[in-house]
Amino acid sequence: MVEPTPQRTGLRTIMTTTITFPLSGKTFQQRATQEPSWVRCFLIGLALAFLTLFLFVPLISVFYEAFKKGVDVYLAAITDPDAVSAIKLTLTVAAIAVPLNLVFGIAAAWAIAKFEFRGKNLLITLIDLPFSVSPVVSGLIYVLVFGLQGWLGPWLAEHDIKIIFAVPGIVLATVFVTVPFIARELIPLMQAQGTEEEEAAVVLGASGWQTFCKITLPNIKWGLLYGAILCNARAMGEFGAVSVVSGHIRGSTNTMPLHVEILYNEYNFAAAFAVASLLALLALVTLALKTLIEFRNKQHQTQRGDE
Amino acid sequence: MNHFKQHSILPGFNLALGFTLLYLSLIVLIPLSAAFIRTAELTWSEFWTIVTTPRVVASYRLTFGVSFAAALVNAFFGLLVAWVLVRYHFPGKKIVDALVDLPFALPTAVAGIALTALYSGNGWIGQYLEPLGIKVAFTPLGIFVALTFIGLPFVVRTVQPVLEDIEAELEEAAATLGANRWQTFAKVIFPILFPALMTGFALAFARAIGEYGSVIFIAGNMPMVSEITPLLIVTKLEQYDYAGATALSVVMLVISFILLLIINLLQWWSRRRSARA
Repeated sequence: MVEPTPQRTGLRTIMTTTITFPLSGKTFQQRATQEPSWVRCFLIGLALAFLTLFLFVPLISVFYEAFKKGVDVYLAAITDPDAVSAIKLTLTVAAIAVPLNLVFGIAAAWAIAKFEFRGKNLLITLIDLPFSVSPVVSGLIYVLVFGLQGWLGPWLAEHDIKIIFAVPGIVLATVFVTVPFIARELIPLMQAQGTEEEEAAVVLGASGWQTFCKITLPNIKWGLLYGAILCNARAMGEFGAVSVVSGHIRGSTNTMPLHVEILYNEYNFAAAFAVASLLALLALVTLALKTLIEFRNKQHQTQRGDE
Repeated sequence: MNHFKQHSILPGFNLALGFTLLYLSLIVLIPLSAAFIRTAELTWSEFWTIVTTPRVVASYRLTFGVSFAAALVNAFFGLLVAWVLVRYHFPGKKIVDALVDLPFALPTAVAGIALTALYSGNGWIGQYLEPLGIKVAFTPLGIFVALTFIGLPFVVRTVQPVLEDIEAELEEAAATLGANRWQTFAKVIFPILFPALMTGFALAFARAIGEYGSVIFIAGNMPMVSEITPLLIVTKLEQYDYAGATALSVVMLVISFILLLIINLLQWWSRRRSARA
Protein backbone atom coordinates (compact mmCIF):
# COMPACT_ATOMS: atom_id res chain seq x y z
CA MET A 1 0.00 0.00 0.00
CA VAL A 2 1.06 3.52 -0.69
CA GLU A 3 1.44 5.69 2.35
CA PRO A 4 -0.98 8.61 2.07
CA THR A 5 1.17 11.68 1.66
CA PRO A 6 -0.11 15.16 2.42
CA GLN A 7 0.54 16.38 -1.08
CA ARG A 8 -1.04 14.86 -4.14
CA THR A 9 2.18 15.16 -6.11
CA GLY A 10 3.66 12.62 -3.70
CA LEU A 11 1.35 10.02 -5.16
CA ARG A 12 1.84 11.09 -8.71
CA THR A 13 5.63 10.77 -8.74
CA ILE A 14 5.22 7.04 -8.28
CA MET A 15 3.61 6.96 -11.70
CA THR A 16 6.48 8.71 -13.39
CA THR A 17 8.01 6.74 -16.19
CA THR A 18 11.66 7.44 -16.51
CA ILE A 19 13.26 6.85 -19.84
CA THR A 20 17.01 6.92 -19.75
CA PHE A 21 18.90 7.07 -22.95
CA PRO A 22 22.08 5.13 -22.36
CA LEU A 23 24.23 7.06 -24.82
CA SER A 24 23.46 10.64 -23.94
CA GLY A 25 22.62 9.91 -20.35
CA LYS A 26 19.71 12.35 -20.65
CA THR A 27 16.56 11.62 -18.73
CA PHE A 28 13.07 12.40 -20.04
CA GLN A 29 10.23 12.37 -17.67
CA GLN A 30 6.59 12.20 -18.67
CA ARG A 31 4.04 11.62 -15.99
CA ALA A 32 1.53 9.04 -17.08
CA THR A 33 -1.33 10.97 -15.55
CA GLN A 34 -0.50 14.36 -17.01
CA GLU A 35 -0.90 15.84 -20.42
CA PRO A 36 2.12 16.84 -22.46
CA SER A 37 3.11 20.42 -21.75
CA TRP A 38 2.01 21.73 -25.16
CA VAL A 39 -1.50 20.40 -24.53
CA ARG A 40 -1.52 22.02 -21.13
CA CYS A 41 -0.41 25.37 -22.56
CA PHE A 42 -2.97 25.15 -25.35
CA LEU A 43 -5.84 24.38 -22.98
CA ILE A 44 -4.84 27.14 -20.55
CA GLY A 45 -4.52 29.54 -23.48
CA LEU A 46 -7.91 28.61 -24.91
CA ALA A 47 -9.66 28.89 -21.54
CA LEU A 48 -8.07 32.25 -20.81
CA ALA A 49 -8.90 33.52 -24.29
CA PHE A 50 -12.56 32.61 -23.76
CA LEU A 51 -12.67 34.20 -20.31
CA THR A 52 -10.89 37.31 -21.56
CA LEU A 53 -13.37 37.76 -24.38
CA PHE A 54 -16.48 37.07 -22.33
CA LEU A 55 -15.54 38.26 -18.83
CA PHE A 56 -12.52 40.49 -18.53
CA VAL A 57 -13.04 42.70 -21.56
CA PRO A 58 -16.70 43.49 -20.70
CA LEU A 59 -15.68 44.27 -17.11
CA ILE A 60 -12.84 46.57 -18.15
CA SER A 61 -15.01 48.27 -20.75
CA VAL A 62 -17.50 49.37 -18.05
CA PHE A 63 -14.79 51.38 -16.31
CA TYR A 64 -13.24 52.56 -19.56
CA GLU A 65 -16.55 53.90 -20.88
CA ALA A 66 -17.33 55.47 -17.50
CA PHE A 67 -14.12 57.52 -17.48
CA LYS A 68 -13.86 58.10 -21.23
CA LYS A 69 -15.13 61.66 -21.01
CA GLY A 70 -13.08 62.48 -17.96
CA VAL A 71 -13.37 62.43 -14.20
CA ASP A 72 -15.51 65.58 -14.13
CA VAL A 73 -18.25 64.02 -16.25
CA TYR A 74 -18.02 60.90 -14.12
CA LEU A 75 -18.40 62.78 -10.85
CA ALA A 76 -21.20 64.90 -12.27
CA ALA A 77 -23.08 61.75 -13.31
CA ILE A 78 -22.89 60.04 -9.94
CA THR A 79 -23.68 63.19 -7.95
CA ASP A 80 -26.65 64.11 -10.12
CA PRO A 81 -29.75 64.34 -7.85
CA ASP A 82 -31.55 61.59 -9.79
CA ALA A 83 -28.51 59.33 -9.50
CA VAL A 84 -28.20 60.03 -5.79
CA SER A 85 -31.86 59.25 -5.23
CA ALA A 86 -31.43 56.01 -7.24
CA ILE A 87 -28.44 55.06 -5.08
CA LYS A 88 -30.43 55.82 -1.93
CA LEU A 89 -33.39 53.75 -3.11
CA THR A 90 -31.16 50.81 -4.02
CA LEU A 91 -29.53 50.90 -0.58
CA THR A 92 -32.95 51.15 1.11
CA VAL A 93 -34.37 48.21 -0.84
CA ALA A 94 -31.34 46.04 -0.03
CA ALA A 95 -31.50 47.12 3.62
CA ILE A 96 -35.06 45.77 3.81
CA ALA A 97 -34.78 42.70 1.57
CA VAL A 98 -31.56 41.25 2.98
CA PRO A 99 -32.58 41.19 6.68
CA LEU A 100 -36.00 39.74 5.78
CA ASN A 101 -34.41 36.91 3.85
CA LEU A 102 -31.81 36.49 6.59
CA VAL A 103 -34.52 35.76 9.15
CA PHE A 104 -36.33 33.53 6.66
CA GLY A 105 -33.11 31.68 5.80
CA ILE A 106 -32.33 30.97 9.44
CA ALA A 107 -35.87 29.79 10.21
CA ALA A 108 -36.04 27.59 7.12
CA ALA A 109 -32.60 26.09 7.72
CA TRP A 110 -33.40 25.43 11.40
CA ALA A 111 -36.56 23.53 10.50
CA ILE A 112 -35.02 21.65 7.58
CA ALA A 113 -31.56 20.85 8.93
CA LYS A 114 -32.30 20.10 12.57
CA PHE A 115 -35.52 18.07 12.23
CA GLU A 116 -36.80 15.13 10.23
CA PHE A 117 -40.27 15.60 8.78
CA ARG A 118 -42.28 14.57 5.76
CA GLY A 119 -42.30 16.76 2.67
CA LYS A 120 -38.87 18.19 3.41
CA ASN A 121 -37.62 17.79 -0.17
CA LEU A 122 -40.71 19.50 -1.50
CA LEU A 123 -40.09 22.40 0.87
CA ILE A 124 -36.48 22.73 -0.32
CA THR A 125 -37.70 22.78 -3.93
CA LEU A 126 -40.25 25.49 -3.08
CA ILE A 127 -37.52 27.63 -1.50
CA ASP A 128 -35.44 27.31 -4.68
CA LEU A 129 -38.42 28.16 -6.88
CA PRO A 130 -37.71 31.89 -7.34
CA PHE A 131 -34.35 31.04 -8.95
CA SER A 132 -36.11 29.34 -11.82
CA VAL A 133 -38.73 32.02 -12.43
CA SER A 134 -37.93 34.61 -15.08
CA PRO A 135 -37.31 38.04 -13.47
CA VAL A 136 -40.03 39.52 -15.67
CA VAL A 137 -42.56 36.98 -14.42
CA SER A 138 -41.44 37.66 -10.84
CA GLY A 139 -42.45 41.28 -11.30
CA LEU A 140 -45.64 40.48 -13.17
CA ILE A 141 -47.09 38.27 -10.43
CA TYR A 142 -46.95 41.20 -8.00
CA VAL A 143 -48.74 43.38 -10.53
CA LEU A 144 -51.43 40.68 -10.67
CA VAL A 145 -51.85 40.80 -6.89
CA PHE A 146 -51.36 44.48 -6.07
CA GLY A 147 -51.85 46.27 -9.41
CA LEU A 148 -54.96 48.26 -10.26
CA GLN A 149 -56.30 45.30 -12.22
CA GLY A 150 -55.10 42.91 -9.52
CA TRP A 151 -56.74 41.06 -6.65
CA LEU A 152 -56.08 43.71 -4.02
CA GLY A 153 -55.92 46.64 -6.43
CA PRO A 154 -59.39 48.14 -5.86
CA TRP A 155 -59.12 47.81 -2.07
CA LEU A 156 -55.65 49.41 -2.06
CA ALA A 157 -56.82 52.26 -4.28
CA GLU A 158 -59.75 52.88 -1.94
CA HIS A 159 -57.38 53.17 1.02
CA ASP A 160 -54.89 55.20 -0.98
CA ILE A 161 -52.08 52.67 -0.60
CA LYS A 162 -49.66 52.43 -3.51
CA ILE A 163 -47.63 49.25 -3.90
CA ILE A 164 -47.13 48.85 -7.63
CA PHE A 165 -45.20 51.72 -9.26
CA ALA A 166 -44.01 52.58 -5.76
CA VAL A 167 -41.29 51.56 -3.34
CA PRO A 168 -43.20 48.70 -1.61
CA GLY A 169 -43.58 46.90 -4.95
CA ILE A 170 -39.87 47.24 -5.63
CA VAL A 171 -39.09 45.82 -2.19
CA LEU A 172 -41.50 42.89 -2.67
CA ALA A 173 -40.14 41.98 -6.10
CA THR A 174 -36.58 42.16 -4.75
CA VAL A 175 -37.46 40.00 -1.76
CA PHE A 176 -39.01 37.44 -4.13
CA VAL A 177 -35.96 37.08 -6.36
CA THR A 178 -33.57 36.86 -3.38
CA VAL A 179 -35.57 34.41 -1.21
CA PRO A 180 -33.32 31.36 -1.82
CA PHE A 181 -29.85 32.90 -1.35
CA ILE A 182 -29.33 32.66 2.41
CA ALA A 183 -31.51 29.57 3.00
CA ARG A 184 -29.71 27.48 0.40
CA GLU A 185 -26.34 28.48 1.93
CA LEU A 186 -27.41 27.57 5.46
CA ILE A 187 -29.35 24.33 4.85
CA PRO A 188 -26.41 22.15 3.70
CA LEU A 189 -24.09 23.78 6.25
CA MET A 190 -26.42 23.11 9.18
CA GLN A 191 -27.20 19.62 7.91
CA ALA A 192 -23.49 18.82 7.86
CA GLN A 193 -23.07 20.13 11.41
CA GLY A 194 -25.75 17.81 12.75
CA THR A 195 -27.73 18.27 15.95
CA GLU A 196 -25.42 16.88 18.63
CA GLU A 197 -24.06 20.20 19.89
CA GLU A 198 -27.53 21.71 20.17
CA GLU A 199 -28.89 18.59 21.86
CA ALA A 200 -26.08 18.70 24.41
CA ALA A 201 -26.90 22.34 25.15
CA VAL A 202 -30.61 21.58 25.61
CA VAL A 203 -29.83 18.61 27.88
CA LEU A 204 -27.62 20.89 29.98
CA GLY A 205 -30.60 23.18 30.47
CA ALA A 206 -30.12 25.89 27.86
CA SER A 207 -33.26 27.49 26.47
CA GLY A 208 -33.98 27.36 22.77
CA TRP A 209 -32.88 30.94 22.30
CA GLN A 210 -29.66 30.40 24.30
CA THR A 211 -28.89 27.27 22.29
CA PHE A 212 -29.33 29.17 19.06
CA CYS A 213 -27.27 32.20 20.09
CA LYS A 214 -24.43 30.36 21.82
CA ILE A 215 -24.16 27.16 19.76
CA THR A 216 -25.77 27.47 16.33
CA LEU A 217 -25.05 31.08 15.47
CA PRO A 218 -21.26 30.90 16.03
CA ASN A 219 -21.19 27.74 13.90
CA ILE A 220 -23.06 29.26 10.98
CA LYS A 221 -21.88 32.88 11.08
CA TRP A 222 -19.60 32.58 8.04
CA GLY A 223 -22.21 30.78 5.99
CA LEU A 224 -24.69 33.44 7.02
CA LEU A 225 -22.36 36.22 5.92
CA TYR A 226 -21.63 34.42 2.64
CA GLY A 227 -25.33 34.09 1.83
CA ALA A 228 -26.03 37.68 2.87
CA ILE A 229 -23.30 39.04 0.58
CA LEU A 230 -24.67 37.16 -2.45
CA CYS A 231 -28.24 38.13 -1.51
CA ASN A 232 -27.19 41.77 -1.25
CA ALA A 233 -25.48 41.74 -4.65
CA ARG A 234 -28.60 40.40 -6.31
CA ALA A 235 -30.90 42.73 -4.36
CA MET A 236 -28.95 45.78 -5.48
CA GLY A 237 -28.54 44.59 -9.04
CA GLU A 238 -31.97 43.16 -9.84
CA PHE A 239 -33.34 44.63 -13.03
CA GLY A 240 -36.13 42.65 -14.69
CA ALA A 241 -38.47 42.13 -11.75
CA VAL A 242 -37.96 45.64 -10.42
CA SER A 243 -38.40 47.13 -13.88
CA VAL A 244 -41.90 45.64 -14.18
CA VAL A 245 -43.18 46.96 -10.83
CA SER A 246 -41.30 50.26 -10.68
CA GLY A 247 -43.03 52.50 -13.18
CA HIS A 248 -39.65 54.22 -13.79
CA ILE A 249 -40.49 57.43 -12.01
CA ARG A 250 -37.31 59.49 -11.98
CA GLY A 251 -36.00 60.47 -8.58
CA SER A 252 -38.64 58.39 -6.82
CA THR A 253 -38.95 54.78 -8.01
CA ASN A 254 -35.71 54.38 -9.93
CA THR A 255 -33.15 52.00 -8.55
CA MET A 256 -29.55 52.12 -9.82
CA PRO A 257 -29.96 49.48 -12.55
CA LEU A 258 -33.13 51.24 -13.78
CA HIS A 259 -31.34 54.59 -13.75
CA VAL A 260 -28.60 53.03 -15.89
CA GLU A 261 -31.25 51.92 -18.38
CA ILE A 262 -32.88 55.35 -18.57
CA LEU A 263 -29.57 57.17 -19.07
CA TYR A 264 -28.53 54.63 -21.68
CA ASN A 265 -31.78 54.95 -23.61
CA GLU A 266 -31.30 58.72 -23.60
CA TYR A 267 -27.92 58.15 -25.29
CA ASN A 268 -26.23 59.60 -22.22
CA PHE A 269 -23.67 56.79 -22.35
CA ALA A 270 -20.99 58.36 -20.16
CA ALA A 271 -23.45 58.87 -17.30
CA ALA A 272 -25.01 55.41 -17.79
CA PHE A 273 -21.60 53.77 -17.55
CA ALA A 274 -20.65 55.96 -14.58
CA VAL A 275 -23.60 54.64 -12.56
CA ALA A 276 -22.96 51.16 -13.99
CA SER A 277 -19.36 51.34 -12.79
CA LEU A 278 -20.60 51.73 -9.22
CA LEU A 279 -22.60 48.52 -9.66
CA ALA A 280 -19.59 46.80 -11.23
CA LEU A 281 -17.52 47.90 -8.24
CA LEU A 282 -20.16 46.38 -5.97
CA ALA A 283 -19.86 43.12 -7.94
CA LEU A 284 -16.07 43.13 -7.52
CA VAL A 285 -16.31 43.79 -3.77
CA THR A 286 -18.87 40.97 -3.55
CA LEU A 287 -16.53 38.57 -5.33
CA ALA A 288 -13.58 39.64 -3.15
CA LEU A 289 -15.53 39.08 0.09
CA LYS A 290 -16.88 35.79 -1.22
CA THR A 291 -13.39 34.55 -2.09
CA LEU A 292 -12.09 35.69 1.29
CA ILE A 293 -14.75 33.68 3.14
CA GLU A 294 -14.12 30.62 0.96
CA PHE A 295 -10.38 30.93 1.65
CA ARG A 296 -11.02 31.23 5.37
CA ASN A 297 -13.30 28.19 5.33
CA LYS A 298 -10.72 26.10 3.51
CA GLN A 299 -8.04 27.04 6.05
CA HIS A 300 -10.44 26.29 8.86
CA GLN A 301 -11.17 22.87 7.41
CA THR A 302 -7.51 21.92 6.99
CA GLN A 303 -6.88 23.11 10.55
CA ARG A 304 -9.65 20.86 11.77
CA GLY A 305 -8.28 18.02 9.68
CA ASP A 306 -4.86 18.39 11.29
CA GLU A 307 -6.17 18.11 14.82
CA MET B 1 -48.71 12.00 17.68
CA ASN B 2 -48.75 11.46 13.94
CA HIS B 3 -45.71 10.49 11.91
CA PHE B 4 -45.32 13.84 10.21
CA LYS B 5 -42.20 14.61 12.25
CA GLN B 6 -39.68 12.44 14.04
CA HIS B 7 -39.24 13.15 17.73
CA SER B 8 -36.47 15.55 18.67
CA ILE B 9 -35.51 17.27 21.93
CA LEU B 10 -34.58 20.46 20.09
CA PRO B 11 -37.09 23.29 20.44
CA GLY B 12 -38.44 25.72 17.86
CA PHE B 13 -39.66 23.36 15.15
CA ASN B 14 -43.20 24.69 15.05
CA LEU B 15 -42.11 28.31 15.11
CA ALA B 16 -39.42 27.83 12.46
CA LEU B 17 -41.54 25.75 10.09
CA GLY B 18 -44.59 27.92 10.67
CA PHE B 19 -42.68 31.09 9.84
CA THR B 20 -41.04 29.43 6.81
CA LEU B 21 -44.38 28.33 5.40
CA LEU B 22 -46.07 31.67 6.09
CA TYR B 23 -43.23 33.63 4.48
CA LEU B 24 -43.05 31.32 1.46
CA SER B 25 -46.82 31.50 1.00
CA LEU B 26 -46.98 35.28 1.18
CA ILE B 27 -43.89 36.06 -0.89
CA VAL B 28 -43.74 33.17 -3.36
CA LEU B 29 -46.72 30.83 -3.52
CA ILE B 30 -49.72 33.18 -3.43
CA PRO B 31 -48.27 35.65 -5.98
CA LEU B 32 -47.21 32.76 -8.25
CA SER B 33 -50.66 31.21 -8.02
CA ALA B 34 -52.08 34.55 -9.16
CA ALA B 35 -50.60 33.97 -12.61
CA PHE B 36 -52.34 30.59 -12.89
CA ILE B 37 -55.65 31.69 -11.40
CA ARG B 38 -55.83 34.79 -13.60
CA THR B 39 -55.07 32.69 -16.66
CA ALA B 40 -57.80 30.25 -15.69
CA GLU B 41 -60.27 33.10 -16.29
CA LEU B 42 -59.55 32.65 -20.00
CA THR B 43 -61.14 29.81 -21.92
CA TRP B 44 -58.80 27.18 -23.32
CA SER B 45 -59.20 28.41 -26.88
CA GLU B 46 -58.57 32.04 -25.88
CA PHE B 47 -55.44 30.95 -24.04
CA TRP B 48 -54.27 28.85 -26.97
CA THR B 49 -54.78 31.72 -29.44
CA ILE B 50 -52.75 34.10 -27.28
CA VAL B 51 -49.81 31.76 -26.79
CA THR B 52 -49.59 30.59 -30.40
CA THR B 53 -49.75 33.81 -32.44
CA PRO B 54 -46.89 33.97 -34.97
CA ARG B 55 -45.10 36.76 -33.11
CA VAL B 56 -45.19 34.75 -29.88
CA VAL B 57 -44.09 31.52 -31.56
CA ALA B 58 -41.18 33.39 -33.18
CA SER B 59 -40.17 34.63 -29.73
CA TYR B 60 -40.21 31.07 -28.31
CA ARG B 61 -38.10 29.84 -31.18
CA LEU B 62 -35.59 32.63 -30.66
CA THR B 63 -35.51 32.33 -26.86
CA PHE B 64 -35.11 28.57 -26.81
CA GLY B 65 -32.81 28.29 -29.82
CA VAL B 66 -30.37 30.94 -28.66
CA SER B 67 -30.51 29.78 -25.04
CA PHE B 68 -29.72 26.26 -26.18
CA ALA B 69 -26.80 27.40 -28.33
CA ALA B 70 -25.41 29.57 -25.51
CA ALA B 71 -25.74 26.74 -22.98
CA LEU B 72 -23.98 24.39 -25.40
CA VAL B 73 -21.05 26.78 -25.80
CA ASN B 74 -20.98 27.18 -22.03
CA ALA B 75 -20.95 23.40 -21.57
CA PHE B 76 -17.84 23.12 -23.75
CA PHE B 77 -15.93 26.12 -22.42
CA GLY B 78 -17.20 25.59 -18.87
CA LEU B 79 -15.72 22.11 -18.87
CA LEU B 80 -12.48 23.50 -20.29
CA VAL B 81 -12.29 26.30 -17.69
CA ALA B 82 -13.10 23.89 -14.85
CA TRP B 83 -10.41 21.49 -16.11
CA VAL B 84 -7.79 24.21 -16.39
CA LEU B 85 -8.64 25.62 -12.94
CA VAL B 86 -8.52 22.23 -11.22
CA ARG B 87 -5.64 20.54 -13.01
CA TYR B 88 -3.15 23.21 -14.02
CA HIS B 89 -1.22 25.99 -12.40
CA PHE B 90 -0.66 29.37 -13.96
CA PRO B 91 -0.04 32.87 -12.64
CA GLY B 92 -3.19 34.69 -11.55
CA LYS B 93 -5.20 31.48 -11.27
CA LYS B 94 -6.85 32.48 -7.98
CA ILE B 95 -8.07 35.78 -9.46
CA VAL B 96 -9.38 34.05 -12.58
CA ASP B 97 -11.15 31.50 -10.39
CA ALA B 98 -12.83 34.26 -8.37
CA LEU B 99 -13.82 36.24 -11.47
CA VAL B 100 -15.63 33.27 -13.01
CA ASP B 101 -18.54 34.20 -10.73
CA LEU B 102 -18.69 37.73 -12.13
CA PRO B 103 -21.86 37.09 -14.18
CA PHE B 104 -23.61 36.09 -10.92
CA ALA B 105 -22.51 39.26 -9.17
CA LEU B 106 -22.67 41.82 -11.97
CA PRO B 107 -26.14 43.32 -12.42
CA THR B 108 -27.61 42.17 -15.72
CA ALA B 109 -28.26 45.72 -16.93
CA VAL B 110 -24.57 46.53 -16.55
CA ALA B 111 -23.61 43.41 -18.49
CA GLY B 112 -26.14 44.37 -21.14
CA ILE B 113 -24.83 47.87 -21.81
CA ALA B 114 -21.18 46.75 -21.59
CA LEU B 115 -21.66 43.98 -24.17
CA THR B 116 -23.66 46.31 -26.43
CA ALA B 117 -20.89 48.90 -26.32
CA LEU B 118 -18.28 46.24 -27.10
CA TYR B 119 -20.08 44.63 -30.01
CA SER B 120 -21.70 47.62 -31.68
CA GLY B 121 -20.16 48.84 -34.94
CA ASN B 122 -17.65 51.18 -33.30
CA GLY B 123 -17.01 49.06 -30.18
CA TRP B 124 -13.76 47.37 -29.22
CA ILE B 125 -14.80 44.02 -30.68
CA GLY B 126 -17.53 45.11 -33.10
CA GLN B 127 -15.17 47.25 -35.17
CA TYR B 128 -13.21 44.13 -36.16
CA LEU B 129 -16.28 41.99 -36.83
CA GLU B 130 -18.30 44.48 -38.85
CA PRO B 131 -15.86 44.62 -41.82
CA LEU B 132 -16.11 40.82 -41.95
CA GLY B 133 -19.85 41.18 -42.39
CA ILE B 134 -20.60 39.88 -38.89
CA LYS B 135 -23.12 42.04 -37.08
CA VAL B 136 -23.48 41.13 -33.41
CA ALA B 137 -25.21 43.98 -31.61
CA PHE B 138 -28.94 44.34 -32.38
CA THR B 139 -29.16 40.86 -33.95
CA PRO B 140 -29.87 37.37 -32.54
CA LEU B 141 -26.09 36.87 -32.40
CA GLY B 142 -25.98 39.63 -29.78
CA ILE B 143 -28.55 37.74 -27.69
CA PHE B 144 -26.30 34.70 -27.96
CA VAL B 145 -23.33 36.71 -26.62
CA ALA B 146 -25.35 38.05 -23.69
CA LEU B 147 -26.76 34.62 -22.78
CA THR B 148 -23.31 33.05 -23.00
CA PHE B 149 -22.05 35.69 -20.58
CA ILE B 150 -24.76 35.19 -17.98
CA GLY B 151 -24.63 31.36 -18.19
CA LEU B 152 -20.87 31.12 -17.96
CA PRO B 153 -20.42 30.24 -14.26
CA PHE B 154 -22.99 27.44 -14.11
CA VAL B 155 -21.08 24.66 -15.85
CA VAL B 156 -17.75 25.68 -14.30
CA ARG B 157 -19.20 25.62 -10.80
CA THR B 158 -21.04 22.31 -11.18
CA VAL B 159 -18.14 20.46 -12.85
CA GLN B 160 -15.32 21.90 -10.71
CA PRO B 161 -16.10 20.10 -7.41
CA VAL B 162 -16.68 16.75 -9.14
CA LEU B 163 -13.38 17.08 -10.97
CA GLU B 164 -11.59 17.93 -7.71
CA ASP B 165 -12.97 14.78 -6.09
CA ILE B 166 -11.84 12.35 -8.79
CA GLU B 167 -9.14 10.23 -7.20
CA ALA B 168 -5.75 10.02 -8.87
CA GLU B 169 -5.83 6.21 -8.56
CA LEU B 170 -8.51 5.95 -11.28
CA GLU B 171 -6.34 7.68 -13.84
CA GLU B 172 -3.27 5.79 -12.70
CA ALA B 173 -5.10 2.50 -13.14
CA ALA B 174 -6.12 3.55 -16.65
CA ALA B 175 -2.55 4.55 -17.45
CA THR B 176 -1.07 1.27 -16.18
CA LEU B 177 -3.60 -0.60 -18.29
CA GLY B 178 -2.17 1.16 -21.31
CA ALA B 179 -4.64 3.96 -21.95
CA ASN B 180 -3.24 7.20 -23.31
CA ARG B 181 -4.33 10.54 -21.85
CA TRP B 182 -7.12 11.09 -24.35
CA GLN B 183 -8.51 7.61 -23.78
CA THR B 184 -8.32 8.12 -20.02
CA PHE B 185 -10.22 11.38 -20.38
CA ALA B 186 -12.84 10.06 -22.77
CA LYS B 187 -13.49 6.72 -21.06
CA VAL B 188 -12.72 7.34 -17.39
CA ILE B 189 -12.97 11.02 -16.49
CA PHE B 190 -15.68 12.25 -18.85
CA PRO B 191 -18.30 9.66 -17.84
CA ILE B 192 -17.83 10.71 -14.19
CA LEU B 193 -18.20 14.37 -15.10
CA PHE B 194 -21.09 13.88 -17.49
CA PRO B 195 -24.03 14.17 -15.02
CA ALA B 196 -22.51 17.32 -13.51
CA LEU B 197 -21.93 18.70 -16.98
CA MET B 198 -25.56 18.04 -17.90
CA THR B 199 -26.71 19.71 -14.68
CA GLY B 200 -24.61 22.77 -15.46
CA PHE B 201 -25.93 22.84 -19.00
CA ALA B 202 -29.54 22.63 -17.78
CA LEU B 203 -28.96 25.38 -15.19
CA ALA B 204 -27.40 27.67 -17.81
CA PHE B 205 -30.23 26.90 -20.24
CA ALA B 206 -32.93 27.57 -17.62
CA ARG B 207 -31.30 30.83 -16.63
CA ALA B 208 -30.93 31.92 -20.26
CA ILE B 209 -34.61 31.33 -21.06
CA GLY B 210 -35.81 33.75 -18.39
CA GLU B 211 -33.05 36.32 -18.87
CA TYR B 212 -34.18 39.86 -19.58
CA GLY B 213 -31.82 42.59 -18.36
CA SER B 214 -28.68 41.75 -20.30
CA VAL B 215 -30.56 40.84 -23.48
CA ILE B 216 -32.81 43.82 -24.10
CA PHE B 217 -29.94 46.26 -24.62
CA ILE B 218 -28.09 44.16 -27.19
CA ALA B 219 -31.04 42.46 -28.92
CA GLY B 220 -32.46 45.29 -30.98
CA ASN B 221 -35.87 43.89 -30.00
CA MET B 222 -37.36 43.60 -33.48
CA PRO B 223 -40.65 41.66 -33.48
CA MET B 224 -40.33 38.28 -35.26
CA VAL B 225 -36.53 38.67 -35.46
CA SER B 226 -34.85 39.52 -32.18
CA GLU B 227 -37.66 39.72 -29.63
CA ILE B 228 -37.35 37.32 -26.70
CA THR B 229 -40.40 36.00 -24.83
CA PRO B 230 -39.72 37.87 -21.54
CA LEU B 231 -39.60 41.14 -23.50
CA LEU B 232 -42.90 40.29 -25.17
CA ILE B 233 -44.43 39.88 -21.70
CA VAL B 234 -43.21 43.36 -20.74
CA THR B 235 -44.48 44.80 -24.03
CA LYS B 236 -47.95 43.34 -23.46
CA LEU B 237 -47.94 44.64 -19.90
CA GLU B 238 -47.04 48.13 -21.08
CA GLN B 239 -50.01 47.98 -23.47
CA TYR B 240 -52.22 46.99 -20.51
CA ASP B 241 -52.80 43.58 -22.12
CA TYR B 242 -52.81 41.81 -18.76
CA ALA B 243 -54.46 38.65 -20.07
CA GLY B 244 -51.83 38.28 -22.79
CA ALA B 245 -48.92 38.97 -20.46
CA THR B 246 -50.28 36.55 -17.87
CA ALA B 247 -50.92 33.77 -20.38
CA LEU B 248 -47.36 34.06 -21.70
CA SER B 249 -45.95 34.10 -18.20
CA VAL B 250 -47.83 30.89 -17.43
CA VAL B 251 -46.18 29.26 -20.44
CA MET B 252 -42.79 30.45 -19.14
CA LEU B 253 -43.58 29.23 -15.62
CA VAL B 254 -44.64 25.77 -16.78
CA ILE B 255 -41.43 25.46 -18.79
CA SER B 256 -39.38 26.64 -15.79
CA PHE B 257 -41.02 24.05 -13.56
CA ILE B 258 -40.35 21.26 -16.03
CA LEU B 259 -36.72 22.36 -16.26
CA LEU B 260 -36.50 22.54 -12.46
CA LEU B 261 -37.73 18.96 -12.28
CA ILE B 262 -35.18 17.85 -14.87
CA ILE B 263 -32.41 19.68 -13.01
CA ASN B 264 -33.37 18.00 -9.73
CA LEU B 265 -33.28 14.60 -11.42
CA LEU B 266 -29.91 15.40 -12.99
CA GLN B 267 -28.49 16.51 -9.64
CA TRP B 268 -29.70 13.33 -8.02
CA TRP B 269 -28.09 11.32 -10.83
CA SER B 270 -24.87 13.33 -10.49
CA ARG B 271 -24.66 12.73 -6.75
CA ARG B 272 -25.27 9.00 -7.18
CA ARG B 273 -22.74 8.74 -9.97
CA SER B 274 -19.98 10.58 -8.12
CA ALA B 275 -20.74 8.68 -4.90
CA ARG B 276 -20.16 5.44 -6.77
CA ALA B 277 -17.05 6.58 -8.59
